[in-house]
Amino acid sequence: MTETITVTKITPAASLLTFNDRFDHFLARWGYRRAYHRVEPGLYSLGKPTPESPVFVTANYTLSFDALRSNLKGMDCYILVLDTNGINVWCAAGKGTFGTEELMNRIKVTGLENVVSHRKVILPQLGAAGVSAFSLKEWCGWNVEYGPVRAVDLPEYLKTHKATQDMRHVHFTLWDRIQLIPVELVSAFLIMAVAAVVLFFAMGLTASLAVIAAVLGGTVLFPMLLPYIPVRDFSAKGLILGLIVALPFAYFMFTKTGDLWPNTLAALGYLLAMPPVTAYLALNFTGCSTFTSRTGVRKEIYRYIPPMAAMFVLGIIIFAGLFIARLMKVI
Amino acid sequence: MKFIEEECTNCGMCSKVCPHGVFARGEKAAVLVNKDACMECGACLLNCPTVAIEVESGVGCAAAMIHAALRGGPESCDGGCGCGETEVPNAR
Repeated sequence: MTETITVTKITPAASLLTFNDRFDHFLARWGYRRAYHRVEPGLYSLGKPTPESPVFVTANYTLSFDALRSNLKGMDCYILVLDTNGINVWCAAGKGTFGTEELMNRIKVTGLENVVSHRKVILPQLGAAGVSAFSLKEWCGWNVEYGPVRAVDLPEYLKTHKATQDMRHVHFTLWDRIQLIPVELVSAFLIMAVAAVVLFFAMGLTASLAVIAAVLGGTVLFPMLLPYIPVRDFSAKGLILGLIVALPFAYFMFTKTGDLWPNTLAALGYLLAMPPVTAYLALNFTGCSTFTSRTGVRKEIYRYIPPMAAMFVLGIIIFAGLFIARLMKVI
Repeated sequence: MKFIEEECTNCGMCSKVCPHGVFARGEKAAVLVNKDACMECGACLLNCPTVAIEVESGVGCAAAMIHAALRGGPESCDGGCGCGETEVPNAR
């Protein structure tokens, strides 16, 4: 096993994104063919790099690779793409696939040491959750430089190779959160559609719309309003939002013509059954956010799931009772 | 999460890799300035040459935990939600 690897292949890449690239990003955002948004792992060149040119490392997910190359316009450099199974840098780092071992192996198999004269790779900061800089140095003599969190800050960072506080912090802007909505919608769509159809025939249009409203509350409104809803826990935020979404339904039932007590019960049913649906979807958004910890989320699950389940079951019992009463012509 | 100041060599890596400014550079050692912001990603621990940090790293994802609780098995991102490495594409 003493064969020396010379340079295998350097694929030229462009920093300009094409329509096809942007269409691929669009499909990725909708979760379409999740596993197919990949770049071949290996070594790429931008511009006309020399042995002194910097080497940037990224994941083999098109959104990651494209974010990097599109922010290196006019630069002569190399891009080393690790095999992360088509997963972005931060998530792959969490799983360990964007890791020290893969980085070392990829440096070896691409023959990077014969391409550049230095021994330094520039990593996105979020890769640090999977890469141990001092271990890489120990194992194979290569140095890691952690660049900014976002590729968009690279041009500014490269002027001094010093990151500002802001470049080191991960954000979760309104636009970041809006971009996550399609995947949230797609994942909840089927169960929402089935529930809406079933309820339409069992209980009517209002109940059907209530399901859609509760799910859209959790998948569309919640990501957008996340930082603006008071209280800290995602489930509590979801319960508040769900209650607001349920209010018009409760009001509609309460003011509907008919007997007072079945209408009041139905209004109560909406107030009980809808918020937990929104809150559950909100709780599941923790993994998409950029700041929740495992300890915090675990506590939240234990604290909120039981009361949420109780609310939901109570709401369903009310509706089932009203449904049976109607069948038996009691009301 | 725990920081053992005596072990710290003030190399500055933790404050560099932390995405939430939990650590800051100090005079003689790193300073734990915002412990509550820690999301337990483990980047500081992995890049601390003297293991002066203790953190049980993991992903703060309720979907992964609920999936693991219902189906058994470890918490992972491969539980059928958007983050999974579900299908492996054929050679293109």
